[in-house]
This record gives sequence, structure tokens and C-alpha cells, in this order.
Amino acid sequence: MDCYTANWNPLGDSAFYRKYELYSMDWSLKEELRDCLVAAAPYGGPIALLRNPWRKEKAASVRPVLEIYSASGMPLASLLWKSGPVVSLGWSAEEELLCVQEDGVVLVYGLHGDFRRHFSMGNEVLQNRVLDARIFHTEFGSGVAILTGAHRFTLSANVGDLKLRRMPEVPGLQTAPSCWTTLCQDRVAHILLAVGPDLYLLDHAACSAVTPPGLAPGVSSFLQMAVSFTYRHLALFTDTGYIWMGTASLKEKLCEFNCNIRAPPKQMVWCSRPRSKEKAVVVAWERRLMVVGDAPESIQYKQLTIQVLLDRLVLRRLYPLAIQICEYLRLPEVQGVSRILAHWACYKVQQKDVSDEDVARAINQKLGDTPGVSYSDIAARAYGCGRTELAIKLLEYEPRSGEQVPLLLKMKRSKLALSKAIESGDTDLVFTVLLHLKNELNRGDFFMTLRNQPMALSLYRQFCKHQELETLKDLYNQDDNHQELGSFHIRASYAAQERIEGRVTALQTAVDAFYKAKNEFAAKATEDQMRLLRLQRRLEDELGGQFLDLSLHDTVTTLILGGHNKRAEQLARDFRIPDKRLWWLKLTALADLEDWEELEKFSKSKKSPIGYLPFVEICMKQHNKYEAKKYASRVGPEQKVKALLLVGDVAQAADVAIERRNEAELSLVLSHCTGATDGATADKIQRARAQAQKK
Amino acid sequence: MAAHLSYGRVNLNVLREAVRRELREFLDKCAGSKAIVWDEYLTGPFGLIAQYSLLKEHEVEKMFTLKGSRLPAADVKNIIFFVRPRLELMDIIAENVLSEDRRGPARDFHLLFVPRRSLLCEQRLKDLGVLGSFIHREEYSLDLIPFDGDLLSMESEGAFKQVANMMIRMKREFTGSQNSIFPIFDNLLLLDRNVDLLTPLATQLTYEGLIDEIYGIQNSYVKLPPEKFAPKKQGDGGKDLPTEAKKLQLNSAEELYAEIRDKNFNAVGSVLSKKAKVISAAFEERHNAKTVGEIKQFVSQLPHMQAARGSLANHTSIAELIKDVTTSEDFFDKLTVEQEFMSGIDTDKVNSYIEDCIARKHPLIKVLRLICLQSVCNSGLKQKVLDYYKREILQTYGYEHILTLHNLEKAGLLKPQTGGRNNYPTIRKTLRLWMDDVNEQNPTDISYVYSGHAPLSVRLAQLLSRPGWRSIEEVLRMLPGPHFEERQPLPTGLQKKRQPGENRVTLIFFLGGVTFAEIAALRFLSQLEDGGTEYVIATTKLMNGASWLESLMEKPF
Repeated sequence: MDCYTANWNPLGDSAFYRKYELYSMDWSLKEELRDCLVAAAPYGGPIALLRNPWRKEKAASVRPVLEIYSASGMPLASLLWKSGPVVSLGWSAEEELLCVQEDGVVLVYGLHGDFRRHFSMGNEVLQNRVLDARIFHTEFGSGVAILTGAHRFTLSANVGDLKLRRMPEVPGLQTAPSCWTTLCQDRVAHILLAVGPDLYLLDHAACSAVTPPGLAPGVSSFLQMAVSFTYRHLALFTDTGYIWMGTASLKEKLCEFNCNIRAPPKQMVWCSRPRSKEKAVVVAWERRLMVVGDAPESIQYKQLTIQVLLDRLVLRRLYPLAIQICEYLRLPEVQGVSRILAHWACYKVQQKDVSDEDVARAINQKLGDTPGVSYSDIAARAYGCGRTELAIKLLEYEPRSGEQVPLLLKMKRSKLALSKAIESGDTDLVFTVLLHLKNELNRGDFFMTLRNQPMALSLYRQFCKHQELETLKDLYNQDDNHQELGSFHIRASYAAQERIEGRVTALQTAVDAFYKAKNEFAAKATEDQMRLLRLQRRLEDELGGQFLDLSLHDTVTTLILGGHNKRAEQLARDFRIPDKRLWWLKLTALADLEDWEELEKFSKSKKSPIGYLPFVEICMKQHNKYEAKKYASRVGPEQKVKALLLVGDVAQAADVAIERRNEAELSLVLSHCTGATDGATADKIQRARAQAQKK
Repeated sequence: MAAHLSYGRVNLNVLREAVRRELREFLDKCAGSKAIVWDEYLTGPFGLIAQYSLLKEHEVEKMFTLKGSRLPAADVKNIIFFVRPRLELMDIIAENVLSEDRRGPARDFHLLFVPRRSLLCEQRLKDLGVLGSFIHREEYSLDLIPFDGDLLSMESEGAFKQVANMMIRMKREFTGSQNSIFPIFDNLLLLDRNVDLLTPLATQLTYEGLIDEIYGIQNSYVKLPPEKFAPKKQGDGGKDLPTEAKKLQLNSAEELYAEIRDKNFNAVGSVLSKKAKVISAAFEERHNAKTVGEIKQFVSQLPHMQAARGSLANHTSIAELIKDVTTSEDFFDKLTVEQEFMSGIDTDKVNSYIEDCIARKHPLIKVLRLICLQSVCNSGLKQKVLDYYKREILQTYGYEHILTLHNLEKAGLLKPQTGGRNNYPTIRKTLRLWMDDVNEQNPTDISYVYSGHAPLSVRLAQLLSRPGWRSIEEVLRMLPGPHFEERQPLPTGLQKKRQPGENRVTLIFFLGGVTFAEIAALRFLSQLEDGGTEYVIATTKLMNGASWLESLMEKPF
């Protein structure tokens, strides 16, 4: 600190540089760094290091070691590499380490060296092996691009949602390109490669030759290319010793610089000074470093949002610090503390040396009823670690029973899932579990389970009613629900059975069921129905016409309308149709036929059980006043006034009403006194009223 | 546009706006031109929240009704299915998707479940091999549709018994994810239709109730016989009598309707004739308008006056139509029987009017409604009486109705009297369900809506607000189902001081349906000056006796 400029060295004419150790890396390298695969995550993330024995002529007998350090050099993980040879390492935006193997399998590890998953880059890659691989970042996530031994490219733009794309062939490509990189333009990933003096751009559909504008002539090969982090800029290093810098779209040149070195550089990257708009390219050879600048650009740093920062802390298992930050920033619980606690819990369930009970208790104590914490998510993690019992214990703390169900099903705890689904009151969820159970259990066990869950049973019945009629029958059978069985067979008797015998058989089964249900009424009624069906069949045979499925009442009516009075009488007797209804029936039918003679005969056959007013009404309905009047005289005193009014005899109606001294009837008659000739009648009524009041 | 929804104590238009926004958001997710394939059942409810113009603004160019086989041709980019989550509908959708012409231009399929997404249905689509065909598969929570300023309905056929338990649990589950808000409602009263089976069976006698009884109100629309609405223009010579039914929307947005809908029908005539005088007097004013200013003033009022005159003409016509029915002898006879039953006269023997109705083959619904009413008013029928009715029905209307009868018995609408005890009279007396002196013109009690019968459901609500149910515990035990009360204490910060004279707001939720007459009775209570409680009404379904029994009827062929 004695002199601020003491350790600054001149760089060219106008710049100075200094070198000082930021962090001392806590690693002990036996081999040289150049023999290792190294990958540093963006935004000062972790560094991965794979001591690589495969590059050496003779493979070492010792297994290589994968090591992960924080950016400040603290060791985070170290593990023996037991899989196949690795070609390339890279970090995803989520700080997952992607290790691309020679066979095209990509192994994914967490920050702490925990294995996450693996996926393959496809058969073509497997067959032709990986020659070279790049991990790149786009706005959608992190991608992997592979160059195979057959000089073909395969890429996936987002390893989180793996969709493999095999890029088109480059015409005439016999050897590996001298250099290549991935570009991202218009939200689509491309590959730019150099073959001899030519540049090609590969997209999903085509391979097109491109030329950088203003490139100095004489280039026979591109030795190195670099694209800026935002995919805006591109730098090309030519075998003529020139560095061309321009836009990645290859539409604009920014500058070109002759560095007079023709040896291929070991590395070339874009960089920028903090808070500066200037961008520069750093080129490295074995013993030389060169900075080439002059590309003014407005750089927009993608800010690390607070959410990303918290994610990073969580990934580093710095839970207390993350919570302190949330509390300091007063973040809403759901976005802040709850989320971090949930992450902590997910980490906690992976501690295999702690008993299920203790883990569950510890988690519940810390989380309690913190809003926004999903116990089912934590339980899912526990199940993912193979701790089913712990998962079930954790699910018990989940207040939303609906959330418990999918995991329980996954863990094959279907019966528990069923009771939780029922608790949730979500019928859809209950159905889902039921169908699961149905496939999982044999029929007997399934029914048994239903039996203990009345709500599920009734829902399942509803389902069967629409979807599986036969099962419905079995359910009723199992429950000895004879009443419903009876109804079931009644329905069945109507379903698609043309032949009368089939219907009768179904009905007989229904009758038996009704008797078992001690529903004598239904049994007898159904027996009557069978009798009627057979009879209707016989009527159709003997008389022609349609009788089947008419009601008894309508059958009798049809017989009368067809002039088969005897048969009608017989049927009415057989089925004991009450007299009153039979009279209404005959009255209506004969009036419909306008068979006035028969109607009169009928009316005189015995004293009408329904009185004679209906006769008057029905004749008037058929506009036959003459016939109506015949019956009006026979109407009993209670309804006489009404009958006389119906046939239009207002005067006589008045007389009867006066005689009966019935005030209501008097008013009724009076309200009918509308014709010109009714004046006298009206007066008469008024006089009678006055007289009645005097008394 | 839907201003009538915001008149009440609780602004229900907020709900309507929310569902409209959600609909627009979904439509915009499916970029480009679209055709909607409708589950026909949904078109009614959707009509209450969005007109075609809204859909059109979001590039909906065609609408189809969901049916089997191939979809009609339509030059659109997106096909969106709007459906209830029902398995049978999934089968139809799959058929549509599978028979899509591959040679034609590719169309994107989307699926919108109303009101809930269903795993079961998605599984079915998966089994049928079409689940992957849908780009957007979402749910649209159109469950409580605002019908009026104080009325919400789910318009769903099924009703849910465990709603009460569920709501309590939901409260526990959702406390985390929702920020605390000032409660809008002071009380929530859940009423299961089973508690009051009687009321819907009786004929409603309010204006709106009678329109519903006679013509049926569907999603706030009614279709009426057109003859009475023929435009009275000269020169037409009456040659073009309209043949299509007259369709009218009925809600409180119409001033006159808001005034008369809840009145007993017998009190409607006088209001209409008074209105007629006021309106023609207003039109007469034009003769008094002398100065330019006066004329201008008159003209500015014209549109409102003309609307009022149109509204008056419509309701005068409707009232005439109803009057034709209510003054008929048969209506009178039926009403007499209903009122006898409800006041406890001769409920335990075979009723000769019902017998005659059967013998004359009156509509089965009418017969069943009366028999069920008798059964409920008698705590069940004597076995002999019940069997007689049933046998008469089977012989007259057909043996297949044994299924319907069984359904009615399961629903408790029809049953044999058990233990030979009829406790309905006790309930009727204690809760004053029958009032002999009803003032139809200027009502003093809720019983005016059925001209004598006070709906038990509404009486319970009334008693709960004052003096509380403790006074009627004995009767409550006689009613079906358990009753319970839960208090949810508010966090201290949210307790507000009631202004003097400010009423409590109660949300009353009818599970299994509510009638217009019951709604009228509750509005009557809300309006009472010393009532102390205003009601917002929610229900699973707006219903009447006929639609209710219809839902329980089963026709096997």
C-alpha cells in the first residue's frame, strides 16, 4: 500500500496493467492445468475440473477425479469419475454441470457433485462418437452442441426441455472444421463453422455460405473464432494473422487488426471493462496475451435479479444468509423465506443418516404452517431419494389433501390416496384414484375397498351408470342392494331388446329382486307389466296396430277407439282399473269418437261415479250443446249451476242458485249475465240477494 | 352494460369483469383466427358474461355446436372446444379431432374446461390418443355467475352435499396464499334443499315466479308466445303475425321489472295501470312545452320515456298472458288443493282432484308435484294412499315410471309415513309457515310470495338473524340433516365498526336450487326497514317445481 502505482506495468503506449492474486485456489494440481478439462460457470459461478487421463497417449490406470470449486477456490466436491471418457464440460445457467461423454451421453451434476440425471444426444452421436462439444447459453436456457466423428452437428437448444436437432450436412466436408461456434439469432440456435477459406452458417433447414464484410484478402483458413456472450459480436482469427471483428450477423465490420502472429492462438474470448462501453477481444498464445479493442457498444448487463441471487445462495446451501437477505429486503413470505425454507427441507430429506422421524419433525418444526410451503413438494423430493416412509410422514403435514394424492399414487399407496382424495372433496380426484385402484387391484379387493368408502362407492356407481353398466350390476349384487338391482333390470328390459321374451325375462329378474328387497308393490307392479306386455303382443297379433309400450290406460283407450269394447272391459277388469278412472277414460274415448249414442248408453249403464258434470264439459268441448244439455239435467245440485252455465242457460242457473241461496253461485251467475237478454236475470238475482239480506 | 350487477350492497359486477378478463386472456393465448366449438349447455351461462361481440373482438370467426364425426369446415387457425368436464363429451371431441382432414391446412386445437379441469377427462382423451393434440388445455372457473345485483348461480345440474365442510377446509387451506382482505359478508348461511322440500313444489305466485312457472326462465331469458307482442302498426293488416317466440331478458336493469318482479301477481295490475297513467301524462307534457328550452328538455327525456313505454307494453302483455292462466278454473282448483295441503287440510287421504288429474291424463309433472306436496305436508303418506297413487300413475302413464317414482322416494319427496307420526303441523305452527291473513298488495310477511305459505328456507334465515335459532331448536331437530354454526373470528385489524343503521350482509347459499319466489321473499326481508340484514343470494341452480322434478324423472326409452 506504500505506492499505488508500484505494481502497475505498462501495456503498449497508453495502458497499464497489474497482476495480483484475487483468491488463492485451494487446489493441489499434480498434473498441469492444460491436461485438465476446466469449466467455469457464468456470473462468477463455480469451477469444475476434470483431471483428464484420456488425452494422454497411454491411459492411466487410476480413475480420473472430478472436482468442483467455488469461484474463490473453496473445494465444493470431489468424486471419482466412474463413467466413460469425457470430451467436454460446461455449466448450465442453473449451475448444473454438464459432462459430455464420448458416446454422446450427457451426465448432469449439481453444484455439490450430486448426480442429477443423464440423457443421450441420440443414436447418430452414439455411433459416430463425439469429436467436439460446446455448452452454450440462450435466453431459453442452456444448450449442448455436438460435432460428431462423421462431421455432422447435433444440438439441443435447451437441455431442460430436450429436443434434439440434427443439423443439415455441410457439402463436401471431409475433415473436421478448423473452428466452429454456436450463435443465437432471432431466438434460434445456429452453428458457424470454418472450412478452409469458407465460412458456413447452419440452421435447422439449410447450410449457407457466408462472407465477413471487408475481410482482408488472402485468407486460406480461419484458425479461431469467438462470439460475445450476448451473441452480438464475432471475432475471427485468420491464418494471415488478422483479427476481424464485427457483428455476429456478419453484416457489419467493426474493425480489423493485423497482429503479425500467424500461429494459431490457444484461446480467444470477448471481454469488456466494467462500466465501459468498449468491448475487446483477448487472444492468448502459449506465452503471450493480446487485447484488441475498438468496438464501442452499449452493453446491457443482464442484472442478476434478487431471485437469481437467492437461488445461487440456496444452491450453495447458504440458507441462513439467504433468509437474512429476504428479511432485510422484506420480501413477501411466499417469494422469500418460505421458498428458502422449502429448499432447505428438500436438502434435509437427503441426509440419509438422520432417521425419518427426526427429519420429518425437524422440517415441521422449522416450517410449521408457513404459508406457501408445499409439503407435498418436499415429500416428492424425499420419495425421489428413495425415502417413501419419510415422504408419507411429510405428506401428513400437507393441509391441501388434494396435493397429497398424486404423490401417494406414485408411491403406490392408492388406498391412502383414496381417503385423501375423498377428504379433499374433489370428485375428479376421487375418480382418478378409483381408476388407478381398479387397475391395480383385483376385482374383489377393489370392491372391498369401495365398500369401506361410501362416498367413493356412490361416485363410482355414478361413473358406472354412464360408463360401465355391467360393473354397476356387480356392485349392487355385492351390496345385496336388491332394490337397485330391480331398477337395473327394469332399465335393462328397455335397452335394445326387440324381442318380447328378452324383455319379459329381464322383468322377471327385476321381480325376483324386488321380492328380495321386500318391495312387494314394485314386484306386483312389474308382474302386471309383464302381463300387460304379453297381452299387448297378443293384441298386436290379433288386431294389428301398435300396442306395445302403451300404458294400460292408453291400451284400453285404443281398444275403445278401435271399437273393441268387450276387450277393453275385460282388460279393465283384469287389471282392476278403478271405476272412477274407467269412467273418465270411456267418456273421453267415446267423446273423441263422437259416438254420442254409445256415450248416452254408457251414461245410463249405472249411476256415474264421477257425476255428470264431466259429461257436460266434454260435450261442450266437442261443441255439441245438444248432447251437453241432456247431461246438464242429470248433474247433481252441487254442480248444477256450473253445468247450466256451461250450456249457456243463464236463467235456469239463476233459478237454481237462488233456490240454493248460495252467494258464491249467485255471483258466478251474475258474472255470466253479459248478454242483452240477461238483464232480467241479473235483476232477479239482485232482488234475491236483497231479500236474503233482509232476513 | 351490466350496471344492474353493481346496484347491490356487494358489487357483483366485479365478478363478471373478472371472468370476462379471464376469457379474453385465454382467447388471446390462441393467436390468430379461431372457431369455438360449444358444449351446448354452456351457451346460456356464457351469454350472461360475454356477448358475441367480445368474442369477435378476439378473432372468433365461427361458432359450432359440439357433435360427433367431422368438424365443419372453417378457414381458421385455431379450434377451441368449450366444454364441461364430462366423459361423453371427451368421446365426441376425440372423434372430431381424429376425423380432421389431414390434407387441409393444419389447425391448432385447444381445450377449455368449464368450470374445472378434470384428470379423469384428460385420461380419457389420452386413452383415445388425442390428448397431445391440444396446445392449450386449461380451465375456466365460471362457477358462480352473477345474474343480478344480489343473485349468483352456479347453474350446475349436480348439487354438492359436502359444500359446507369443504368451505371450512378451504378456508384453512387458502389462508396462506391469499392476502387478508376486509370481509364483504358478515354471515354465510348454507341451506340444503333437503331442509325445505316443500317450497319449490308449491306454485310461485310472484310475478317473476309465475313467468317462470308458466314459460320457464332460462339464464334470465324467457320465450313468450309472439301473438301478444305483434307490432301494432297500421297498414300491415296483420298479415305478418310473428311466428317466432318473443325472447325477452328479465333482470333489474329494467326499471319497471325491478319494481314488479317480486310482487304478488295480484298486486302487479295496479302498478302497471298507475305506470301507464304516469307515462301518458309525461307524453302529454309536450303540449305544454312552449319555449325552445322546454321543447329541448322534453326531447332530451324522450328516449327514456320511450324505453319506459316499451317496457310497460311488454309487461302489460306478459301480465295478460299470465292472467289468462291464473283465472282459469283448473289453475284455481290446483291452487286450492295446494293451499289445503299446506294449511293441513285432508293431507292423509287420497285427494279427488289429483285422482281426476290422473284420470284425465294431465301432465305427469303436475300430478307428481301435487302428490309430493301432499307427502311432504303430511310427513309422508299412509302406505295405502301412497300405493294407490303409485298404481294409478303406473297404469295411466306407463310402468316405466316406476323408475321415476323410485327416484322421488330416494330424494325424500315421496315416502310412506314412518311411525305414523306427522310432525309437519308442529313445524308449520312453530315457524308460522301458513299465514291466513296475507296482504298481497302491501305485504307484511314473506308468506305473500305464495299467498299464504311462508317458505321454510327463508323463515329459517329470518329467524337466524333475529332472534337466533336457539328459540327453535326443537323444530330444527325435526328437519332433515344436521345443522351447525361456525364462527370465524376476524383478525383484530380487520374488525370494522358498524355505522349506526348499517345492515349486516348475509350470503345465503342454497345448495340444490332456489326458486324466484324464495328470492323475492329474501329481497322483501332485505328491504324491511328494521330488518337489520341484507341478503346476497347464491345457488347451485335457479329452479322451480317442474324443472326440479324433471331432473328426477327417468325415461328408459
